[in-house]
Amino acid sequence: MHNALHPVLVISSREVRDQFRDWRIIFPIIGLTLLFPFLMNFTASQMLGFVNKYGATIIGERLIPFLLMIVGFFPISVSLVIALESFVGEKERGSIEPLLNTPLEDWQLYLGKLISSTVPPLLSSYLGMSVYLTGLVISHIPIPDPQLLILVVCMTTVQAFMMVAGAVVVSCQATSVRSANLLSSFIILPVAFLIQGESVVMFWGNYATLWWVVVGLSIFSILLIRVGLAHFQREELLGREIDVLNFRWGWRVFCSQFTENATDLADWYRRVIPATISRMRLAVLVSVIIGIGAVITGSYLVSMFPLVLPKGGSNFPENLQKLMEYWPIFSFAPALSIWWQNVRALLVGLLLGAFSFGILGLLPLYITLAIIGYLYQVLLNNGLPSALLITGLVLPHGIIEIPAAILATAAVVYAGARMATPTVTETFGETWVRSLADWTKIMIGVVMPLLALAALVETWITPQIAVQLFR
Amino acid sequence: MIFAENLSKQFDDILAVDHIHLNVGAGKVLVLLGPNGAGKTTTVRMLTSVLRPTTGTARVAGYDVVREASHVRASVGVLTEHHGLYGRMNAREYLRFYGSLYNLSDKLIADRTSELLTTFGLAFAASKRLGEYSKGMRQKLALVRAMLHDPPVLLLDEPTSAMDPESAKTVRDAIKNLKASHRTILLCTHNLAEAEQLADQIAIIRLGKIIYQGETTRLKRELLGSPVYEARFSGNLNGYSPNLPDGVKILTRGEKSLQFMVEDPETTNPLLMSDMVNAGLQIVSFHEMTRSLEQAYLEAISRDREEIHA
Repeated sequence: MHNALHPVLVISSREVRDQFRDWRIIFPIIGLTLLFPFLMNFTASQMLGFVNKYGATIIGERLIPFLLMIVGFFPISVSLVIALESFVGEKERGSIEPLLNTPLEDWQLYLGKLISSTVPPLLSSYLGMSVYLTGLVISHIPIPDPQLLILVVCMTTVQAFMMVAGAVVVSCQATSVRSANLLSSFIILPVAFLIQGESVVMFWGNYATLWWVVVGLSIFSILLIRVGLAHFQREELLGREIDVLNFRWGWRVFCSQFTENATDLADWYRRVIPATISRMRLAVLVSVIIGIGAVITGSYLVSMFPLVLPKGGSNFPENLQKLMEYWPIFSFAPALSIWWQNVRALLVGLLLGAFSFGILGLLPLYITLAIIGYLYQVLLNNGLPSALLITGLVLPHGIIEIPAAILATAAVVYAGARMATPTVTETFGETWVRSLADWTKIMIGVVMPLLALAALVETWITPQIAVQLFR
Repeated sequence: MIFAENLSKQFDDILAVDHIHLNVGAGKVLVLLGPNGAGKTTTVRMLTSVLRPTTGTARVAGYDVVREASHVRASVGVLTEHHGLYGRMNAREYLRFYGSLYNLSDKLIADRTSELLTTFGLAFAASKRLGEYSKGMRQKLALVRAMLHDPPVLLLDEPTSAMDPESAKTVRDAIKNLKASHRTILLCTHNLAEAEQLADQIAIIRLGKIIYQGETTRLKRELLGSPVYEARFSGNLNGYSPNLPDGVKILTRGEKSLQFMVEDPETTNPLLMSDMVNAGLQIVSFHEMTRSLEQAYLEAISRDREEIHA
């Protein structure tokens, strides 16, 4: 282990030494570490005086940890610049290739650079926060309680790792610092929104929520580091010389993955689709488990958000009759609108999954099934025959719709997992195109036809069954 | 020490290297020649286990470039196209950093650093920031970096580019010394005179394919025909017409000179000379005409281009 970590330390110590010789990095860090906290101390004392004058002491109380968070965040924002310079700057100057020719493993180089990009800004951030807190003590302003201090330190640390890990992913896709800076908006904008959200929560005083944010960001950072490790490969770093989109190549890769040399449609359905589903069986299992969890969570939420239905006077059969008038048998328009609504939800799942390595792609399925779980429990709590109602109103089409949604969700999860998995034979771009082709294959070949069938059942058959059940 | 069979590399829809074969033994220098973008750098990167071959196999210093990548990288010294030095370090710091990556002891690093910096005339600038180095000095330091861990195989891309003649000679001498100490060297260069001086084997690569490969003399003969000899005389030829043995033909006839293309010089040159002496001609000189590697290289490229057009 010591032997494996030795090159990591060699890399990071060289980089840290190099940073301390670069005035463009040193000056902002010194400014943000030693001068900015004094400005924040001054702001804090002025603001406290102002809000206390009008009796809004709570704002003052919330302001102190908020400013601590800002003092901590500013120096770590430099880590993004250092990381881009360290990863893509070396690539641009050609100094990465001699490093890649050494016996270093890819992960050793990655870890060395990750540490050197994160640790100095983090240390300056901790120093800045210490200066700020010392200033508060000197000014006789009460400092936040230790639990809150630990929360802010954890939040700052995890944000630094997240930004650097994101910068590495960006750097792997760029061949110049300029293009990396353009791509870094994919990090800066979400982080800016995150800080705004955290600020709101901090003023709201809901610190438990911020701990959940720390947990969520930690998971996301680990995932980003994993993706960085997966794609920080010699092949990926030196195999890419220019940043030009090659649509012709992309389309060819997409088609080859989509068809997988199927001779005709029957062959595609007989061989390709089962093989694709088989490849994503683990993702299917994850989606099923998450789905079951969603139903349980939904029914549990009833205890937190109870809903009392009006007793008696239920005109449910009449309403069903009306629904059947709106959705007459063999009319396609309502089925089409239900189908499109479901497809749209799954497309949102793809979009969410694309930015979160598949994780947020689980949301549409999760929310839908959680609502079913909630409804089931609400009906049960109100003394209604919930099993009968769910069987009558959901099961006839749900038996087709839910597996289709699980498959579509699994395709997104599978794509996310592939993006985060090292592949020595594929570039990041190729993995992305192939994952998209697999998702499209599942959507066009299985999910959309199943959803169409489910929509027809929902408009033509489900109301009939419900009428028979509730007559 | 370097062995490659059917080695190819495909980038998206570009076949950068197309099924090449290489075999270079210990103490030999293979010079890889070719136009820009021919696939030389990609070949070197595959041989250093930096890029993974799409097809084929290669062994360098006895290790497989795919399965034993880190052993390969530990056994090769590479001079890359971009020297990639760190401008804020000095030469000693820079070499200590690389020595540590090769797991060399501090003492060994210090000894090798002093020895190599002296050999390449950089000792005077050992404590100077690398950002202040001239282009030639940077190139020499990058070469020192490649040789620091005393690797059995060296892959050198344009080792003397941007160097003054004296520095270039120092580098060439260093390469000759490495060759004498049984190091295997693959050299990529556009300097054909240098290639001719150093090469045991030449491989010409174009559009990813090796179009000619062999020893320099064989390559010249194959591409430019049999060697050409010139005889110069003290007086006019006065209609002298030599008895030409088989495999000899006259190329040009001057007032006091003759140029022959000779297939087998060792057998036929003595016959030619005795014929001239018997004819009463006084020979001032009889020597082989120099044919440069450049001529052979240009011929190879032009033939390949014509073949592709055809």
